[in-house]
Amino acid sequence: MAVIGESPGRMPRVTLGARLHNNNNFLGLLFMIPAGIMLLVFLAYPLGLGVWLGLTDVKIGRPGKFIGLGNFRWLAQDSLFWLSVFNTLLYTVVASVIKFGLGLWLALILNKHMPFKAMIRAIVLLPFIVPTVLSAMAFWWIYDAQDSIISFLLIQLGLIDSNIDFLGKANNARASVIAANIWRGIPFVAITLLAGLQTISPTLYEAATIDGATRMQMFRKITFPLLTPIIAVVMTFSVLFTFSDFQLIWVMTRGGPFNATHLMATLAYQRAIVGGSLGEGSAIAVAMIPFLLSAILFSYFGLQRRKWQQGGTDD
Amino acid sequence: MSKFTRRDMLKTTVGAAVAGPALLAAARSWAQEMKFTPEPGAKLRMLRWKRFVQSEEDAFLALIDAYTQATGVEIRIDSLGFEDLRPKAAVAASVGTGPDIIWNIHADAFLYPDALVDVSDVCNYLGEKYGGWYPIAEEYGIKDGKWIGVPFVMSGNFINYRVSWVQDAGYDGIPDNTTDFLDLMKKLKANGRPGGFALGNASGDGNAWAHWILWSHGGSVIDKDENVVINSPETIASLEYVRELADTFIEGAASWLDGNNNKAFLASDISVTNNGISIYAAALREGMTDISDDMDHAFYPVGPVGKPTEFHVAFPMLTYKHSDFPEAAKSLITWMMEADQYNQFLQGAVGYLTQPLRAFEDHPVWTEDPKRAVFQKASERSLSFAYPGKLGRAATEVFADFVVVNMVAEAATGRKTPQEAAEDAQRRAERYYVL
Repeated sequence: MAVIGESPGRMPRVTLGARLHNNNNFLGLLFMIPAGIMLLVFLAYPLGLGVWLGLTDVKIGRPGKFIGLGNFRWLAQDSLFWLSVFNTLLYTVVASVIKFGLGLWLALILNKHMPFKAMIRAIVLLPFIVPTVLSAMAFWWIYDAQDSIISFLLIQLGLIDSNIDFLGKANNARASVIAANIWRGIPFVAITLLAGLQTISPTLYEAATIDGATRMQMFRKITFPLLTPIIAVVMTFSVLFTFSDFQLIWVMTRGGPFNATHLMATLAYQRAIVGGSLGEGSAIAVAMIPFLLSAILFSYFGLQRRKWQQGGTDD
Repeated sequence: MSKFTRRDMLKTTVGAAVAGPALLAAARSWAQEMKFTPEPGAKLRMLRWKRFVQSEEDAFLALIDAYTQATGVEIRIDSLGFEDLRPKAAVAASVGTGPDIIWNIHADAFLYPDALVDVSDVCNYLGEKYGGWYPIAEEYGIKDGKWIGVPFVMSGNFINYRVSWVQDAGYDGIPDNTTDFLDLMKKLKANGRPGGFALGNASGDGNAWAHWILWSHGGSVIDKDENVVINSPETIASLEYVRELADTFIEGAASWLDGNNNKAFLASDISVTNNGISIYAAALREGMTDISDDMDHAFYPVGPVGKPTEFHVAFPMLTYKHSDFPEAAKSLITWMMEADQYNQFLQGAVGYLTQPLRAFEDHPVWTEDPKRAVFQKASERSLSFAYPGKLGRAATEVFADFVVVNMVAEAATGRKTPQEAAEDAQRRAERYYVL
C-alpha cells in the first residue's frame, strides 16, 4: 500500500502523527504492544526472575546475594539431584513413547466409521478433562498397598498370592507413576492426531487403492508423512508436559519411595518451597530448561522443517 | 421451598461459630481490663492452617467473634492447608505485606525472625500466669533471648494399637521399652496381624517415628554444637533395630504417605502404627465401634538412651512486623490463651491439640476419655527436630528434605546397609550445615 506523506516535500502539511498513523509497520507494532507487554510481564519476567534466583543464594525470609554458578556446582555433587534427572528422563522418554504409540493407534481407530463415534470421542477425552489432582487421587487408591483394586482382582482370579507393592518398590513405583501419566496423556495425543488425520484428503487413499497399495503401504506412504507436522507439534507439547509433571507425583508418592520417583519439578518444589532454599530450587528448575529447549529444537529441526513441506521432495 | 444458595451456606457456616451470650459477657468484662490495648480502629487478618476437626474451628471462631464484639477489632480469618501455608507465610515475611498474624507450623519463625514482632511481653505474661511454658514451647518460641512467636498448641503423634490383638500376643499394652516392643511386633506379625509405620515421604507420621527411633538409640542429625554427627554407631544401632522392626510391617509400608496408615488401621489391616488422634476420631465419627472400642494410644517405647524421645509438631502464632496493629494482635492472642477461652478451645480440639502451658494440663479433655490421655503429654515429651541442637535454618532444611525419613526407609527396606544409609544421610545433612 502506498503511504501518503512519503515525500514530505510535496505535502508539507502532513504531520508526523498522521504519517505514523498511515504507516503499516508502525501500526503493526502498536497493535502488538499489548500482547508484547503481556508476554513480558507474565512470561519473560517470571522466567528471568527464576533464572536470576537460580544464580543467587536467596532463601525464604532472607535476601540472597549473587553467587554465579554456585548452585549448579552444588547440585552437581548432589546425588539426589542426579537421581531426579535420571527419573525425569526415564519418566519422559518412556511415557512419551508409549503415549505416542497408543495415541496414534487410538486416533486411527477413532478415524474409522463406527457407531456412536461422537460419544466415544468425547469419552476418550475424559482423562484429560478430569483435574490432574483428582486423577492422581484415584490412582493413589488404585495403587494402594493394602486395598488396591488391581491386586484384589488378580488375587480373586487366582493369578497372584499377595498384594502388589505398586508404590513401595523403586521400579514398581516408577512404572506405576508412568502408567498414570500415560493414562492422562493419551487423550491429548489421540484427539490431536485425529484432527490431523481428518485433514488428509480421502482421494489420496482412493488413488492408492486403485494402484493396489496395501493398508500398511498406505499408512507408511500417505498417513504418516502427512501427519508428521502435527506429530511434531503434539509430541513437543507432550514431552514438555511430561517433563515438567508435578501434580501426579506430588499426590501419589511425594517423590518416594527413597526418592525413586522424585522428578526435577518435585525436587525443585521440595527444596525451594518446603525447604526454603529458593535459590537452589530455582537452579533445579533452570536446569530443566536445556532439556526442554533441546526437545523443542529437535522437533523443530527434525520433524517440522521437512523439505516436502516447502514444496520440495523429502529425499 | 426456597432455594438453598451458596450465600445461605456461608451464613450458616459462619452462624455456627458465633459467640454465645455467656462468652460475649465474659469478653466484654475481659475487654475492660485487658493487658494489651488494641490500636484505635484496628483490623486484623489472620491466616491459619486448615482445621483437623470441625469442633476445633467452631470453638476457635466463636472466641474470635466474641473478641470482635467486645473490642470492636474486626478480624478476618483465612485458612490454608499447612503445606501451602508455610510458603505464604514466608512470602509475607520477605515482602513485608500480608496477614498480620499467621498461625504457622514447625520452626518457620527461625527462617525470618527479623520480620516478626517481639512477643516476649505476651509470653512472659502468659507463662507467669499459667504455670510456665513447657521447655519445648520455649525452644520453638525463643531466639536469642527473645520470644519471636507464641507457642499456641502442639499436635501429638503417638502409638496407635489394637488392644485385643496386642493382648493375644501376650502383652497388656505397648511395652515401655524398644526391646519388648520389637518382640511384640514379631508376635503380632506371627499372628497374622502385622503393624506398619510410614516409610514414604510422609511429613507427619514418617518424621515422627523416624526421629523417635533415631533418638531412642542415641543417634541424632547434629550434636549440641551443630556438628553433623548422624553417621555414628548409635545411628547405625538404631537402623539395625529398624531393619528388624521393618520385617514385622505389613507389605507396602515403603510407599506409605501420611494417610495410608489411617486407612489400613481403619480397615483392620494393621495392629500397630503411629498417628495423631485422627484414626480414633474417625472411628468414633463413622461409628466403627469395633475399632474405636478396641484401640488405644500409647507413648513410644523408650530406647537404650533410657528416656522418652518423641517428636510432636508445634503450631506457633507469629505476628508480623509489617502489621499496622501489633498491639491488637498481642491482645487477641492473649485473649485466646487466657484460661476461660483456652479451655473452650482445648475442649473443641478433642485431643488433636495439646497445651503449651502447664496450667492446662488438668483440662477435662484429657480425662473424660481415657484414650486421649497420652496426648496430654505431647508438649512435655516432645523434642524438637533439631535435637539436641538448636532450631534454625539448616535444621529446617534437613527436615524438609526428609534426610532422616529416607535414611530409615533405606535401611528398613534393605536397599542400603545401615552403614551406607548413615553415610548417605551424613553427606546430605552436611550440605546444609557446612555452608
